[in-house]
Amino acid sequence: MDAIALLTIFVLSIFVGMEVVSKVSAVLHTPLMSGANAIHGVVLVGAILVTGKANTSLELGLGLAAIVLAAINMVGGFVVTDRMLEMFKPKPKEGESK
Amino acid sequence: MTPTWVRLAELAASVLFILALKGLSSPKTARRGNLLGATGATVATVVAFFYGEKFYGGPIQHLPLIIIATAIGSVIGWIAAKRVQMTQMPQMVALFNGVGGGAAAVVSTIEFLSAGDPAQTRAALAATVFTVMVGSVSFTGSILTFMKLQELMTSRPVVIPAGRYITSLMGLLTVGSAVVLVTWLDSAGNASSTFLFILLGLSLVMGLLLVLPVGGADVPIVISLLNAFTGLSVAASGYVLGNVLLIVAGTLVGASGTLLTRMMAQAMGRPLTNTLFGAFKAKAATSAGPTEERPIKSASPEDVAIMLAYARKVIIVPGYGLAVAQAQNTIRELVELLQAKGIVVDYAIHPVAGRMPGHMNVLLAEANVPYEQLKEMDEINPEFAETDVALVVGANDVVNPAARNDPSAPIYGMPILNVDQAHQVVFLKRSMRPGFAGIENEVLFDPRTSLLFGDAKDSLTKVVSAVKSL
Repeated sequence: MDAIALLTIFVLSIFVGMEVVSKVSAVLHTPLMSGANAIHGVVLVGAILVTGKANTSLELGLGLAAIVLAAINMVGGFVVTDRMLEMFKPKPKEGESK
Repeated sequence: MTPTWVRLAELAASVLFILALKGLSSPKTARRGNLLGATGATVATVVAFFYGEKFYGGPIQHLPLIIIATAIGSVIGWIAAKRVQMTQMPQMVALFNGVGGGAAAVVSTIEFLSAGDPAQTRAALAATVFTVMVGSVSFTGSILTFMKLQELMTSRPVVIPAGRYITSLMGLLTVGSAVVLVTWLDSAGNASSTFLFILLGLSLVMGLLLVLPVGGADVPIVISLLNAFTGLSVAASGYVLGNVLLIVAGTLVGASGTLLTRMMAQAMGRPLTNTLFGAFKAKAATSAGPTEERPIKSASPEDVAIMLAYARKVIIVPGYGLAVAQAQNTIRELVELLQAKGIVVDYAIHPVAGRMPGHMNVLLAEANVPYEQLKEMDEINPEFAETDVALVVGANDVVNPAARNDPSAPIYGMPILNVDQAHQVVFLKRSMRPGFAGIENEVLFDPRTSLLFGDAKDSLTKVVSAVKSL
C-alpha cells in the first residue's frame, strides 16, 4: 500500500481515537487507560511478522523476546482491565459481605 | 500482496478496537468493550500465524518457536494480571505498557537490521527511528514508574544536580542522532546501524531522565502519557512493516491516550508541562520545620465513635492508605452502622484518590459500596461546611489546603476536598509522615482536628466495635 494511503489511515485514526473517548467520565479513566494499553499490545502481530522472516539468530532471538513482551502486554492488559471492570457490576447483591 | 481474507480480518480487528474504546468510555458497556478489544486482538494474532506466507514471499518461518513464545508471554501476562492486588494495579498497567513499548522498539530494530530490505525509503527509515526512540523512552520510563509506585525507590521527585541541563543535552543528542540516522546514508545507501544502537542507548537513558523528576501524585499522568507514546510507536512500527492494523490500533491508542492524559492533568488542575517539569522549578521544598514540636490532638477509637455517632452528617474521605490496609469492607460496615442510626453519610471521592484517576471507585466497588454513595469532588465540596465530621482515612495530599494557599507547594493548584471547612475532622493515619507528595498538611495541626494513629483497618475495626457498644 502506498505511503499516502497509510498516511490517510493514520490521520483518520487520530480523529476516531480522539472522538471515541471524548465523553468518558472520570470514574473510567483508569480502566480506559488500561484497556487502551492492552490494545497497543497488538504490536504482537508485528513481532510475529518480523520473527517469521528472521534470517540470523540475532534477529530470531530479538524477535522471540519481542513476542514474549508483546504477549505480556496484550493478554495481561485485557485481563487486568476485565478485573477492574468486574467491580462495576450494575447491582451488587444486597448485604453480601466477607 | 497480502491475501484479501487477511486484510478483511484486520479490518474486523480494527473495528473491534474502535468499538472497544467506545465501550470503555461508559460504565454500562465498559466490560463488553474490553472483551471486544480482546476478541480483536485474538483475531489479529491468529491471523498473523498464517499470514507471512504471501506477504513476505515465503512461508512464515520458526512458527513453532513463535507459538511457544506467544504462549509464554500470554501465560506470564495472565498470571501477573490475575495475581496483582487491586491496590497495585497502577504499577501493573505501567509495567504492561513498558514491555509493549519495548516490543515495538525491538520490532523496528529487527526490521532495520534485516538486510533483506535495502530499499528502505526515507519515510520508513524515519518511522523506524521514531519507533525505536519513543518505544525505548516508554520502556525505561514505565519501568521507572513501576519502581516508584511499587516503592522500590523513593516516590518523591528526584532532581539530579544540573538535571535540567543534562536532560536538555541528552534530548538534543537523542534527536541529533535520530536526524543523522535518517539523513546520513553510506555509499551503498544504507543507514548506519552503529547510530541506531547509539540512538537506542540514548533513548533508554532519556526515558529515565524524563520520569525521575516526576513525583508522587503526578505519576499516574505519566503512565497515561507513556501509554500514548507506546501507541504512537506501535503505529510507526506498523508503517515500517506496511501493516494497516498496527497503524490503526497504535494511532487509536496514541490519540485517545493523549486526550486522556490531558483530561487527567485537568483533573489535577495543572497543565501537563507543569507535571513533567515542575520539579525543576520548585524550590528545594524543606518540610524540615519544627514539626515534631507542634501540638496535635490525638483521639482514642472511643472518642471517634462518639463523635461519629452523635453527628448528623458525616463525610468519609477515603485515600490510598485505606486501600493498602484492605479496610474497604470495614469502612463500609462502619458506614452502614452509622446510616442505621439515621446519620447521613457520603463518600467524597477525589478524582485522583488512590493512585490513579478512578482507582478509588474501583477499590470501593470491590467492597460492594453502593455507587450512589460515592460523590465526586465538585458535588460534595459545598457540603463540607454543614458537615459535622469529616473522616479522612488514609488520605492526605487530596485534603491538603497547601494546594490552595501555598504557591510554593508542589501540589499548588490541584483542586482539593475542603475537609478543613467541616466542624470536626478526624484523620486515621499510620504516622505523622507526610503523604505521597511529601508535603506537610496544616489541617493536622488544626484544633478541630483529631488524629487516630494506627493501621487503618485496626483503627476502623476498633471504631466499629465502639460504635456498636454505644
